[in-house]
Amino acid sequence: MNIAIILIILLGGAIFTYLSGNRFASKVAILFSVAAAVFSVALYLKYGAAGATYHVDWISNPNISFSLKADGLAIAMVLLTTILLPLIILASLNREFKNEKLLYSLIMFMAFAMTGAFLSSDALLYYVFWEMSLIPIYFIIVLWGNGEIAKRRKAAMTFFLFTFAGSLFMMAAIIYMYVKTGSFQLEAFYNANLTQTEQIWIFLAFFLAYAIKIPIFPFHTWQANVYQKAPAVGTMLLAGIMSKMGAYSVIRWQLPTTPYASQEFRTVVLILCIIGVIYGAIMALRQDDLKRFLAYASLSHVGFVAAGAYALTYDALEGAVILILAHGFGIVAMFYSADVIHNRTNTLKISELGGLKTYAPKFTVAFFLSILSSIGIPLTFNFIGEFAIMYGLFQVSPWYALAVGTSLFLGALFMLRMFQDTMLGEPAKNLFRDLSKTELTVFSFLIIILVFFGVYVKPVTDLVSSSLEEIVMYINR
Amino acid sequence: MSTLIAISGLGIICLLLEIFNLRKILIPVTLIGLIAILGMTITEYYLGEPFIAADKYNMIVPTGFSQAFSILFIVLAILIVLMSPKFYQEKFAKIADYVSLKIFMLAGAVAMLSFGNFAMFFIGLEVLSIAAYVLAGSDPKNLRSNEAGMKYFIMGAFASSFILFGIALVYGATGSFDIATIAAVSSLQAGTLPVWFSIGFVMIGVGMMFKASIVPFHFWAPDVYEGSPTIVTAIMSTLVKVAAIGALFKLITILFVAVTPTYQTILVILSILTMSVGNITAMKQRNIKRMMAYSGISHAGFMMMTYLAVGSSANAVLYYAAAYGLAGVAAFAVIMGVCRGKDNEDISLFFGLRKRQPFMTVIFTCALLSLSGIPIFSGFFAKFFVFDQMLHTNHLTLVIFGIINSVIAVFYYLGVANVMITKESETNEPLRFPFEYKAVAVIAILLNILLGIFPNIIMGLEL
Repeated sequence: MNIAIILIILLGGAIFTYLSGNRFASKVAILFSVAAAVFSVALYLKYGAAGATYHVDWISNPNISFSLKADGLAIAMVLLTTILLPLIILASLNREFKNEKLLYSLIMFMAFAMTGAFLSSDALLYYVFWEMSLIPIYFIIVLWGNGEIAKRRKAAMTFFLFTFAGSLFMMAAIIYMYVKTGSFQLEAFYNANLTQTEQIWIFLAFFLAYAIKIPIFPFHTWQANVYQKAPAVGTMLLAGIMSKMGAYSVIRWQLPTTPYASQEFRTVVLILCIIGVIYGAIMALRQDDLKRFLAYASLSHVGFVAAGAYALTYDALEGAVILILAHGFGIVAMFYSADVIHNRTNTLKISELGGLKTYAPKFTVAFFLSILSSIGIPLTFNFIGEFAIMYGLFQVSPWYALAVGTSLFLGALFMLRMFQDTMLGEPAKNLFRDLSKTELTVFSFLIIILVFFGVYVKPVTDLVSSSLEEIVMYINR
Repeated sequence: MSTLIAISGLGIICLLLEIFNLRKILIPVTLIGLIAILGMTITEYYLGEPFIAADKYNMIVPTGFSQAFSILFIVLAILIVLMSPKFYQEKFAKIADYVSLKIFMLAGAVAMLSFGNFAMFFIGLEVLSIAAYVLAGSDPKNLRSNEAGMKYFIMGAFASSFILFGIALVYGATGSFDIATIAAVSSLQAGTLPVWFSIGFVMIGVGMMFKASIVPFHFWAPDVYEGSPTIVTAIMSTLVKVAAIGALFKLITILFVAVTPTYQTILVILSILTMSVGNITAMKQRNIKRMMAYSGISHAGFMMMTYLAVGSSANAVLYYAAAYGLAGVAAFAVIMGVCRGKDNEDISLFFGLRKRQPFMTVIFTCALLSLSGIPIFSGFFAKFFVFDQMLHTNHLTLVIFGIINSVIAVFYYLGVANVMITKESETNEPLRFPFEYKAVAVIAILLNILLGIFPNIIMGLEL
């Protein structure tokens, strides 16, 4: 089975969605995204952790090839992308947008670019996909975002400039590696003989790109604004998949390439991550806008993921991957809840909400379950990830584990408080329609995934373990 | 040789058609002629031997480099000529002059790249420049066009005299105008060359940098670009600029002996200055043509990086020139369409273009994204290949400044894309866009994307 087919499906989806016109755009997009999901599941069933590669020469001088590598880790990320994609499209199905064909086509294109970034094993190809994913989300924010157009434009511009600046330094590092090793291949990068100084500079160049994308404190300043201004689909894509692209790239590209510098900078980066975890939690407590609240909650959680990745132990890495997946599904459920509330009440101010439970029992249950998963209650997907990360951090130093642990408490505090303020209390004045069938489908899918893997995580660990073992081997060389 | 003769012949045919009062068939004849010449040049490149053997004085010596650049020039010229009839609609009586001058510019550009003798180089340069001076002032009733023509002429003539003096000094040092002899003599006597060899080289360099509008010789560019008729601005910022960049690249390969470490340092500094001054000034512009002028200056800074690695970066400079030229033509096609019938090119004309002309908004956005270097558009690979060359030759500083400048550039390019999408325009009635402009913009962007998806088309060439 040729793994490039998944990229063709997604790209074809983008093109056909645009051509199909406004009326059928969403249906065509769903069709293609489901096809991609089915294909990636087939990919998983066929190759599993063993993995497959695909290689075609692209540019002769400098030597760049179109090479893909679908090992366990990459397949896990592709599964995340392609399963979330139809759900995200389904979630926006009964919302009205202007020029739907363009919107859905951009969504498909973005999924194409992100899948490409997850799969590529040629550094320049990876960079091209990485950069390409930026264009659609920029236009999604500008064209379909919320709020005043001038502020929206500013938020989108800040986001674009931040991430673009970061990734250009990554490009310089990639070219430097090419000059050093004569190849853009992942293996060549892993086996490059870099001096300690070189490693430090390359580590920092990569770090800038990833710290902005994930985001890690203090590179997070773009995030809350963008999440607030972006339309619900955009936020789901950004928080659910795109920020995971950064975390994945840390594990895939940064750590094994610069093992010495990773060890050297571990303390600093871990402290930044932990500051982010706690800072995000505290900021979330103070937000009144539901989307900003979720943005800071997300900052706290991805800080957790990054801490797991940069802890450099096997358990923490495994936890990071699990939490990437769990947070991806969980945050989409959370933002979708926010979108449901916004859609019905036309407000996202927590202070104006309250008592929605009375009218919408189904929604209340769905929302509550997503919150429980997000807090990391045992038997949810997040719990396993967080637990593994804590265990890994404990091996580095108990203090890190302790510091991160406080965020679990804070997380429960701000999430449950938000739930109280929005759903419980005096019955709301206006009627609140309960979930429609489509909405219920999306929620049930997400919650089933979150709970199923919370109970039985073995398929995930089996899938990623061999890739992670290889990466840990390179880190500890 | 055959390319140059054919292009010059075509220019003369243009003038003859005017005499015989056949203006109606002028544009088709020119286009067919140019396409035939394009085909001939491509065949000649792949056959590897010229159709017309070199003259015994080696005035014109086509190489892979010069032929590949000629092909690019011809493509750009075809696109520009395609837009001419619409642009000169109201002055149709004089169209033969306008078109033939553009063809002569093309001839000059080809001569500037395929010369084998400095005399030929200078003739090419002057044919190109004089045609450009005339075209810059070709809207005589417009004050700004007059200013542009005058300014360009005076400063350009000054720069030409620098080049001529430089050529004379190089002749004095080596005793020849022939480039092969000069290269041989200067590398043989590298240590004992008289000092005026270096002086001559510096003077040629200064003159060419003026033509390519490299800081600090760039002051003419914004005024001239703004004042000239837009189609002339399009040809100046694409064809003339890449011709000057390519010619200076070739000159540096010939006179490589004079490229001392000090000279390299100066090139590094000028490149950084050119990129930064161009970009930072572009951010403040309200006139779209001035903005394109400054953005062109910054791109010249990127292209001149390749002068530090002339041995290996011929493909990179050609690729950059192609990517920049095609994106530039597409952008100018849209600018011409939007500013048609207006007496200025203020950025406010672009407000709300999305509602008035959605398709061209997409094309213009693509052109701007390519200019700012975003993947799948060839602008990204252009920058990437140049950075690659720079890191291979240990010029990390340049790469870092290049990166910072790319970020600045994104700011104003996307700024224009932003106002097209988000701001409200005064009227909401659809903007009628001439078919020719649409076609040219689409062709240019498609070629640009094609180069982005298959960079090997240029990077695989043997130059």
